[in-house]
Amino acid sequence: MIAVHLPILQVVLPLIAAPLCVLFRARDLPWAIAAVATWTAFAISGLLLAQVYSVGVISYEIGDWAPPWGIEYRIDALNAFVLLVVSGVSAAVILFGRDSMLAEFGRSREYLFYTAYLLTFCGLLGVTITGDAFNLFVFLEISSLGTYVLIASGNNRRALLASYQYLILGTIGATFIVIGVGFLYAMTGTLNMVDLAGRVQAYGANTTIVVAFTFLVVGASLKLALFPLHLWLPAAYTYAPSMVSAFLAATATKVGLYVLVRFVFTIFGPEFSFVTLSLGLPLAILALVGMFVTSTVAIFQNDVKRMLAFSSVAQIGYMVLGISIHTMLGVAAGLMHLFNHALMKGALFCAVGCIVYRVGSSRLDAFAGAGRRMPWTMAAFCTGGISLIGLPLTAGFVGKWYLVLALIDRGWWPLAVLVVLSSMLAVIYIWRVVEVAYFRDPLPEAGPVEEAPLSLLLPTWALAFANIWFGIETSLNVNGAFAAAESILGGFGS
Amino acid sequence: MEGIVALAIGVLTGSGVWLLLRPRTFQVILGLSLISYAVNLFIFTTGGLRTGAAPILEPGTAGSLADYADPTPQALVLTAIVISFATTALFLVVLLAARGLTGTDHVDGRERNQ
Repeated sequence: MIAVHLPILQVVLPLIAAPLCVLFRARDLPWAIAAVATWTAFAISGLLLAQVYSVGVISYEIGDWAPPWGIEYRIDALNAFVLLVVSGVSAAVILFGRDSMLAEFGRSREYLFYTAYLLTFCGLLGVTITGDAFNLFVFLEISSLGTYVLIASGNNRRALLASYQYLILGTIGATFIVIGVGFLYAMTGTLNMVDLAGRVQAYGANTTIVVAFTFLVVGASLKLALFPLHLWLPAAYTYAPSMVSAFLAATATKVGLYVLVRFVFTIFGPEFSFVTLSLGLPLAILALVGMFVTSTVAIFQNDVKRMLAFSSVAQIGYMVLGISIHTMLGVAAGLMHLFNHALMKGALFCAVGCIVYRVGSSRLDAFAGAGRRMPWTMAAFCTGGISLIGLPLTAGFVGKWYLVLALIDRGWWPLAVLVVLSSMLAVIYIWRVVEVAYFRDPLPEAGPVEEAPLSLLLPTWALAFANIWFGIETSLNVNGAFAAAESILGGFGS
Repeated sequence: MEGIVALAIGVLTGSGVWLLLRPRTFQVILGLSLISYAVNLFIFTTGGLRTGAAPILEPGTAGSLADYADPTPQALVLTAIVISFATTALFLVVLLAARGLTGTDHVDGRERNQ
């Protein structure tokens, strides 16, 4: 009975839990509420994925209003996959958050922090699950407003400025998306994505449709931090609390990418996007330039969080490159990297969070001697780093392997060489941290430092272990990504 | 009527973009507000502009597009207004906090000649 209502529960539970955090402010209760809500959402997304694989697309009519008039939640292999990524990484990060946030944020306004976290979480899940274009915009704004608050809660005063800059760019991005949706509505008179798809694709290269397409692609690119629209991201991830950096790096940009894929493939259709408007070429160029420029910038950073933030922009390049190939193999590789990157950046940012917890800084100097004094933390960091570089037996390898295969399959083999070359840049910036951590003596003024507590280490290691697990037992990420790619491509490009 | 509304949207957007590119945070906020007004007005017009048309079909008479206003854009605009109000409110709070912390209202957090 209740199983029928899982799609709405996925969104409504975090939404209800958010005000509960404000009501029950006693010691640790807000965190407990957030943790229970996150884990329940994780369980629900697992059930939804299993349901999609066994019975196919789930359509949930809110308030029993039949689509296209009512709002429909429509779950296919693509968004079930993204839901699992978002809720899975959040489930690990929220466990990490308790002690990490106490150290970095304090207890006094903890309940407000977890309220903002739950609203962001609800918004991200809502964007992913909805089958209504305007509903998507509303959830996007819910998640964005929550994100601004989360970033501003960093204890460095630059966190406010970072949040402020993201506020400006994020609002512009959301405005672009709503203009695009407005144009689509003006042309078709519908907001339901499936209904839109049929009507929009019947128009072909109509000027209004092209304008709508442009606004939607640029708006989504701002949200997913595609180079050169990534300017808000480095400062935001650097100055946000460690838990927020891990949460956002693993979820927010992934949902942005999902929005792009959903609009480009489901609503406009690959035929219109890639053949009529040849979106593939500009996307591939931006992705490649972004990969090299931001990886190079990452090498010269002296703050590890900032370095990882630039690396995130580079990794988004791999996903977008996969999408831009617009073959079955390419789209699957992009989505696979979405899954894997969530795991690796989750593990890396959590490991940095452990260092911040003990040493109080994420600057490169703070890592000096960490290899000996915090061996487990640094081992987790190295696991995440190896996965980021893409060595075999890690999740990162699987994604890059399929990406290279897809590029060769498409005949773009020079790009395959560039992908491998840009991975070498990741070796350099990860090695800089490893060198400082293992081969440099700790700063004399740092004082005694011990291993991070288990409450931080366990979630960090859960994510690090997932990087190895999904590098060896690849059925979930590889098959999931292929099922997702098949569901949005239909018969196109095969 | 379409011409006047189009002009209004254009003027609002133009002023909004100009203000958005100014270096002071308050002007940026006003710019974003103006742009969101323009977008709201635009969405409002996507259902077509009609005078004296109700979004209700009379019982007994066949509905015709000539005397029927599409209610969906009006509902969308209400939602968009609430969202832009929330964003502006949050924006002002962040602006005040940043002003207090940095001592300047420049968007970079410091004056250019410093």
